[in-house]
Amino acid sequence: MLSKKAWIGACAAASMGFAVSAATAQTIGFSQIGSESGWRAAETTLTHQEAEKRGIDLKFADAQQKQENQIKALRSFIAQGVDAILLAPVVATGWDSVLEEAQEAEIPVVLLDRMVDSSKDLYLTAVGSDLVHEGNVAGKWLVDATDGEACNIVELQGTTGSSPAIDRKKGFEDAIAGHDNLEIIRSQTGDFTRTKGKEVMESFLKAEDGGKNICALYAHNDDMAVGAIQAIKEAGLKPGEDILVVSIDAVPDIFKAMAAGEANATVELTPNMAGPAFDALAAYMKDGTMPPKFIQTESKLFTPDDDPMAVYEEKKDLGY
Amino acid sequence: MSAAGHLLRRIAPQLVTLAATLLLIAIVFPGFFEISIANGRLYGSPIDILNRGAPVALLAIGMTLVIATKGIDLSVGAVMAICGAVAAAAITSGMGLVATLALALGAGLACGLWNGLLVSVLGIQPIVATLILMVAGRGIAQLITEGAILTFSNEGLIFIGSGAFFSVPMPVLIWVLAGALVALVVRRSALGMLIEAIGINRRASTLAGINARVLLIAVYMASGLCAALAGIIAAADIRGADANNAGLWLELDAILAVVIGGTSLLGGRFSILASLIGAMIIQAVNTGILLSGFPPEYNLIIKAAIILVILVMQSPAVRTTLIFLRRDKTSSQSETEPVVQ
Amino acid sequence: MTESQPLLSARAVTKVFPGTVALDKVDFTLHAGEVHALLGENGAGKSTLIKCLTGAYRRDSGEIVLDGRAIDPRNTLEAQSFGIGTVYQEVNLLPNLSVAENLYLGHQPTRWGLITGAAMKAGARRTLSQYGLDIDVSRNLEEFSVAVQQVVAIARAVSLSGKVLILDEPTASLDAQEVRLLFDVVRSLKERGLGIVFISHFLDQVFEISDRITVLRNGRLVGTQMAAELDRVNLVNMMLGRELVEETRQSGRTERPDGPPLIRFSNFGRAGKIAPFDLDIRKGEVIGVAGLLGSGRTETAEVLFGVSAHDSGSAVEGEETLPLGTPRNAIAHGFGFCPEDRKSDGIIGDLSVRENIVLALQARLGWTRPVPAREQAAMAEEFIGRLDIRTPNAEKPVGQLSGGNQQKVILARWLATNPRFLILDEPTRGIDVGAHAEIIRLIEELCEQGMALLVISSELDELVAYSHRVIVVRDRHHVAELAGEDITTDNMVAAIAAPEREDA
Repeated sequence: MLSKKAWIGACAAASMGFAVSAATAQTIGFSQIGSESGWRAAETTLTHQEAEKRGIDLKFADAQQKQENQIKALRSFIAQGVDAILLAPVVATGWDSVLEEAQEAEIPVVLLDRMVDSSKDLYLTAVGSDLVHEGNVAGKWLVDATDGEACNIVELQGTTGSSPAIDRKKGFEDAIAGHDNLEIIRSQTGDFTRTKGKEVMESFLKAEDGGKNICALYAHNDDMAVGAIQAIKEAGLKPGEDILVVSIDAVPDIFKAMAAGEANATVELTPNMAGPAFDALAAYMKDGTMPPKFIQTESKLFTPDDDPMAVYEEKKDLGY
Repeated sequence: MSAAGHLLRRIAPQLVTLAATLLLIAIVFPGFFEISIANGRLYGSPIDILNRGAPVALLAIGMTLVIATKGIDLSVGAVMAICGAVAAAAITSGMGLVATLALALGAGLACGLWNGLLVSVLGIQPIVATLILMVAGRGIAQLITEGAILTFSNEGLIFIGSGAFFSVPMPVLIWVLAGALVALVVRRSALGMLIEAIGINRRASTLAGINARVLLIAVYMASGLCAALAGIIAAADIRGADANNAGLWLELDAILAVVIGGTSLLGGRFSILASLIGAMIIQAVNTGILLSGFPPEYNLIIKAAIILVILVMQSPAVRTTLIFLRRDKTSSQSETEPVVQ
Repeated sequence: MTESQPLLSARAVTKVFPGTVALDKVDFTLHAGEVHALLGENGAGKSTLIKCLTGAYRRDSGEIVLDGRAIDPRNTLEAQSFGIGTVYQEVNLLPNLSVAENLYLGHQPTRWGLITGAAMKAGARRTLSQYGLDIDVSRNLEEFSVAVQQVVAIARAVSLSGKVLILDEPTASLDAQEVRLLFDVVRSLKERGLGIVFISHFLDQVFEISDRITVLRNGRLVGTQMAAELDRVNLVNMMLGRELVEETRQSGRTERPDGPPLIRFSNFGRAGKIAPFDLDIRKGEVIGVAGLLGSGRTETAEVLFGVSAHDSGSAVEGEETLPLGTPRNAIAHGFGFCPEDRKSDGIIGDLSVRENIVLALQARLGWTRPVPAREQAAMAEEFIGRLDIRTPNAEKPVGQLSGGNQQKVILARWLATNPRFLILDEPTRGIDVGAHAEIIRLIEELCEQGMALLVISSELDELVAYSHRVIVVRDRHHVAELAGEDITTDNMVAAIAAPEREDA
């Protein structure tokens, strides 16, 4: 936790140093939504790290979940004449006029993580993850892991009606379609939280013969999986062996569970959206190379073979 | 009528409702009543209801006292988050278990003191006064955890959330003991009567010499303490303090538990036992929905429908009708006789 | 004022509430072009009569005739349509709407279904100019003084009903200038031929504006007289007159206990409530307090008991100064107080008779020292027997008892604390005759046992019956103290009816 602050401080100090010593250093403004989740905090930390790596002077603005703050921040970036703007938009609508102002000032804008409902001409590119694809990767892993053996799956959905819940469910179902050995026998919402994940898993275990009917758990995020793992343990079963656990996000705590043999696979929603964004910007500024309108980040699969403790150590200070 | 008879009569509607809810679940899910011992602790769906219902049950204890004074405490969910965060931060910074618990419970008392001062000294309406902490509290909790889930691995603290004592899960033990203790204290001392008096007629109570100001602060502090216990349990249960989600909307479930328990939101007569049964009814509905296997899109509709039925059955209009029908048959004694515990 | 057909007449109107007869065969007539004052103490039946006339209550018997036609209004709206309008002390208009909107609310001038603002404003200006008001009618009502709001309310009531206008305590929150404005309006309406019923407890105003005066007491008609033929003393006599038929005593008790005073209040008072007064109380003494409603009699009790803390003077017992800032302090020093408004200040309605009796004692003991259940039951039984509280059992919610029994429960609450000094504010108001006599007996009995009592009552005979001394309160000052032989209803009436204080 403390290290996050230290990082930001260090980055600020470093970038100030650059501003003085290297007049040619790029200045890029970053309007972040806020810090509503650990993933968002990690994204902020990684953006600072990536900027520092490239010698970019990053101007950071935290919008505290308010679009008006983001628009203010963008206008201020434009007024300062930054070289480019990174925007993680809090909502999809209402960006037209400020994006037009950026375009008039010839400042390229890159969207991070979320999309906007504006014309595609108004931004250079968008960097993000494909939620359906994430579910798909998780499903494919389970198809391979079960290798044709019959397996009853219970699913912990995200918040009912949210797009990650809908898309991750769809991607997973697409992947296991056509494999008759795999069947989702129970599916309930765990609201993306540990508490609900644990509570719902407890009821799955009771409802399915103490868990004997369950062969695998698919959770729409790692937090619910971590809660469910505790429920499985408290029911006297071994998560990871008696019940396979696959989930999405790749937050540090799931790697701890993986190292303990209690989780089997997770699909990374990388918080490093800034790296690809900076690369695309560099190419564009160097010789005008137009990037594609959507840069999909890698949905990397992690399993116990990937030295989970090492990944945990790497990730634990990112602010998750 | 004996004291026990009075008590039974007071909680009869709640007991009937609970039994009906449990039977309904058993119809949808036949294996519902199976209880065994696994891993040295009681295991089964009824145990899950008792265990998962712990936070709302604890909140309902404090909420009952607050509502009896004609108040309401909207901040308890946020106070849960604060106290869970305080506990997690303390234990991860290397403090001992006892010091951690004392600090977390102290945070709950401080939150209650704040609410109590706003309501009783400044005279701000309870719903507004506690709204302040409801909104700000989650922010305070996020400041403590720095926005992330603050995890810990102290076995002692975890034991409070998922350990068992003589096979009984700790959360169950804690809420049952807390409920019994508070019920005993308010009924064996004069607190219960004094609280009811200020809830029914604060001015007349003050004229009779009751120190309404101190008493009001005390009930809000009791509510804060209960919320702190609930927050510690919620954090210990998942081995981490989740400032965003711990206790989210539970204040509404706690108020609902009190209402199902038959305590009027206008203050006055209260029963902690009935509120606790109310909390169990709510959790039974929640657990029942999970066991039933309906798609999650139906969760809220089913819950709302069941609670609507419960509240309609307990509404004055329906009750009067039922009494009227019963009287027609038996012409029994007056139903308006007061209830005394 | 010829004996022509009256504009409004009520004959033998009776209204019974559970436990009390609020109106007992009351007659009332109002002529066109007359201002008729309706007077009486709290609980005399003024507001019940008004509510029967305006349809807010349905009378139980009797008839109301308006313009020669029997009417039976079912609600205030219907009474309005018959021609009877009412304006209350607290103006019941909508403060956040404009003056014009308030005047026309519910019957706005429309053209093709749309409200025409201009026509409404013009009409409002025209209407108000008849009342001598020239104000911007498009501004919100709340921006104007209470007096202007009163006039707007009157204008609205007159425009809607137009025959009878009832003014219920319209001057209570007005200053002298504003009262003059209001009275000008009333006089002009009178000239236009309206019949006006005027309720007030300011006797000067009553004499200034009224043609006739009707006095009610305890739900019964005392009499109706021409204002010009009535003097203040007679009027006060009518309002506070003789009630106890069996009472024979003509002057107060002379055997005033001697010995040092128990508590000596000196220069005791609170600004805006009651001017500083000196008072010493002795063991076994009953001090009566006489005065009209709003004179400062209840305020005297409240300052003594700490309901509103005194801001001048001190209370001394022997050598020791007593800190009397709150009811808790007062109770700690052996005070007790039965307030005038039993429902809002006395009983805890949903608690049982037993709990209500134990309450003050329990509050004094503190929550950690509960009175044991058996003792509570015994205490409740004792007082139910001793004070003859009519209740099926001690567990009945006190709110379900009659007024007289509620009063006895509150008395029992204080007796249970064994007080040295008991303050009773109108202990016999609104209770039946039997309970009435019992409470008076109890006052005498407690006094004999050595308790000091201060009793406020608007029943002067009652004060004569049990008081050793009587303090007369007027305009928030203690203006006279009568003792022994001097305590007679005539003396009290004379002190109460004396002209307004010069220095008030």
